[in-house]
Order: sequence, then C-alpha cells, then structure tokens
Amino acid sequence: MNRVAVIDYGMGNLHSVSKALESLGADVQVEITSDASRILSADRIVFPGVGAIRDCMAEILRLGIDVIVRDALACEKPVLAICVGMQALMQSSEENGHVSCLGLLPGTVKRFGGTGTLQDTDGKRLKVPHMGWNNVYQTDAHPLWHGIEDGSRFYFVHSYFVALADADVLAAETEYGHRFAAALSKKSLFAVQFHPEKSQHCGLQLLRNFLDWDGQC
Amino acid sequence: MALAKRIIPCLDCDKGRVVKGVKFLDIRDAGDPVEIARRYSDAGADEITFLDITASHEGRETTVKTVEAIASQVFIPLTVGGGIRTLEDIRTMLNAGADKVSINTAAVTNPEFVRQAAEKFGSQCIVVAVDAKKVSAEGEPAHWEIFTHGGRKATGLDAIAWAKRMVSYGAGEILLTSMDRDGTKIGFDLALNRAISDAVDVPVIASGGVGNLQHLVDGVLQGGADAVLAASIFHFGEYSIPQAKRYMAERGITMRL
Repeated sequence: MNRVAVIDYGMGNLHSVSKALESLGADVQVEITSDASRILSADRIVFPGVGAIRDCMAEILRLGIDVIVRDALACEKPVLAICVGMQALMQSSEENGHVSCLGLLPGTVKRFGGTGTLQDTDGKRLKVPHMGWNNVYQTDAHPLWHGIEDGSRFYFVHSYFVALADADVLAAETEYGHRFAAALSKKSLFAVQFHPEKSQHCGLQLLRNFLDWDGQC
Repeated sequence: MALAKRIIPCLDCDKGRVVKGVKFLDIRDAGDPVEIARRYSDAGADEITFLDITASHEGRETTVKTVEAIASQVFIPLTVGGGIRTLEDIRTMLNAGADKVSINTAAVTNPEFVRQAAEKFGSQCIVVAVDAKKVSAEGEPAHWEIFTHGGRKATGLDAIAWAKRMVSYGAGEILLTSMDRDGTKIGFDLALNRAISDAVDVPVIASGGVGNLQHLVDGVLQGGADAVLAASIFHFGEYSIPQAKRYMAERGITMRL
C-alpha cells in the first residue's frame, strides 16, 4: 500500500488532488488530514494551497503544519507542494502587504507586473491572473519529469510568482512576461506552481512519478 | 510559445442531466454530464463549464453529487455556475470539486457578495458572468447594458463600467455573454468583447453566438478573448474540439494541441 497524506489546513479544495492520486492505482491510499502523526507516518506528503497567502500562513502556523513539513523533510520523506503550497515554502510573499513564509526555499513571492501592467516581449499587455495552459521547460533531469516531454503544457492559475534567489533549486521554468519558477526541487521536496491534478495526462504522469519516487534526486 | 487560448465546452444541466441535448455521443445515456465531461476532456477541452439551471432544493443536492462525480474522473478545471448566491453555496461547490464558481444574478443584486467571495476563497476561483445587451441605436456610439433573467430584465448598468467594478471587487475572470447573439449562431459580439477585454486586466471568456470555427478565431483575434465558450457546435457534432483547435492554431492562435 502506498499511503499519501494530503495536508488539510482548511484552505480550498483537496478533493481534486486526492481523486487524481486515487485514480492512479488500487494500491494508493489517500488521507486528507492535519494530524501530525498521520502525516508523518504516511509514505509521502502532498502540501497543497489555494487562496490568499496571509490566511494560508495563519492556518499553517496555527495547526503547526510548518513543524510537520520540516520534520518530514528532515527524514527525507517525499513532499510535493502545489501552487500556494509552493509559495508558502519561500522566505516571504508580497501578497497581502508582506507575509513571512516558511523560509525552506530561497526566494520571495511577487505579483505579476508589480503595481503596473505585465507585458510580453512585443509590448502586448498580458492578463493577470496567469490563467490557463502554459509550457513548462524542465531545467534538470528530475525523476518527477519521467515520461513528460520537455515544454509540455500544464494548467496554471495564479497572480503571484516565485522570484528565486538560488538557481540550484530550479526544476522548471515558464514564460509569462518573463521567465519564472514553475517547479523547484531540493532533496526530497518537489514544488510546482501549476496544478498537476488539473493538467490531464501530463499532470497525472507527474503525480504517478511522485507516487513512485523514493525522495532521491 | 506562450499561454494558450482556451476552448471551454459548456454543459447546461437540470437536476443532474444535460438538457440542451448532446447528439454527437454514441452512448446510451446522452444526458449524463459525467460521461459528456469525460468525452470532452479526452478530446482536448481546456476546461469544462457546468451551468446548473436547477431551481429546486432537491435538484441542488443532485447537482453537488454530479459535480463530485465529474471532479473524480475529469482532471481538467471545472467551473460551476447557476444559482450561486451565498458563501455557503461557493464552499459547497468548491468542496464538491469545482475549481471556480461563476456568479451571475447575485452579483447584480448584491455586488458586495463578489468582494466577500474573493476575499474568502481567492480571486482565482471567482468568475463573474456578465450578460450584456446592446442598447444604443444604429449610428450611435455603441453602448451595452447588463441584463438579468436570461436577457429579459434590464438593470440600467453600463456593461463596461460593471465589468471593471466586478474586477475591482476581486473577480478573477469575466464570462461575457452577448444576449443579442446567444443562440443565433452568427458569431460573438466582437465590439462588446473587445471593449470589455481592453477595459479589464483579468481574462475574459467570450460566449454567445458561436456558429462556426471562424467565429472562435474572430473572438480571440478581433474580440481579444482569452478563452471561448461554446455549447451547441460541439454538442451536435458539427465540429470536434481537436478540429476547432487545429483551425485556430492554423490561424496563428496559440493552442494546447
């Protein structure tokens, strides 16, 4: 049995990621929980996130999720962070003013276009949120990219992006006005800005790779 | 390469059944929204919009079960619209597996609801449906107003000002339907689409009037739409989604093929 704990801290829809994981095999057992012992005894952990970062961080700290994630990474358990889950791992976010985050990865979270207008290289205005299917360019040969063609499209929906301070942890980039971090990897942690649970075949392949992953790069 | 424009088939459902009729599927139960959503997803649809026209309370419970069933089997984004009036309605749909909700009448009767919804759940899941109708006479500068109740009830609200206000309240996307064009198959109201798309920073979905694939192209290239929504051209098998995507890509539009 492959036990996956999806961390529940009250933010958004955990149904989709659970159902996507369950669809991948009869031996996959998914539990949505905020219980430390349940999370730490699972074979692998999904750290999702949706909504505004201030509310997310408040709940993460209130429930002690920060400690759980640190403990899981200390014992090299595979962890997949998704969307705001990835942003919460950075040092801080400029959403909702300024919010301190977990500081597990080096970099900050910024708004597309800052306070002005986001433009492409031809000077054409780009809409924010960045919503829809965009190309993900792999920057390393991580096991989670197994069977996924470089440049494949994944589904994104976000107004804030990770501005990375250390390119060593970059796993993929996407272009929207400028290049930004679409995926990050550090030891047994893998984080994605897009939604694999909503990215059809490519997304399901990435989740399958996560289920097969031993946490080594 | 860049962000792709989206094709969104729309399923109109009553008490858990697709009601506008879907003829292209060789399946026993042509009204099953789960089956239809899965077929569209397999065909390459970029999102699914599920429009619930159920009025009764019992029907609502069926709707929640249907959304759950779709979200368990179809792994592309799902928007649920129709009858979303309270924060509890939104929570119920998101918990059932919807990724976004589309708010229509409730936004007009209580605009603050949009602000509360965006604050609570995030702009990324709040779509505001704007139903607009041209009210200016021939030869006058074009002017559109918001209508409710399927285009029967005028509100006096200017469509462009309204869309901008909804975005300032936190709407993450606008679903724009031309009430003049809906069901006509003569194409989107491109001037309306362009005016709204230029006025707001968030993505705009064009809806209402699609009769052929060139209409989809025009919606993007002339109307400035970020996504195109259509029902009948796909339901009745006139065109397939891969065919529509290829047609649009051949005309220079970035698509997920």
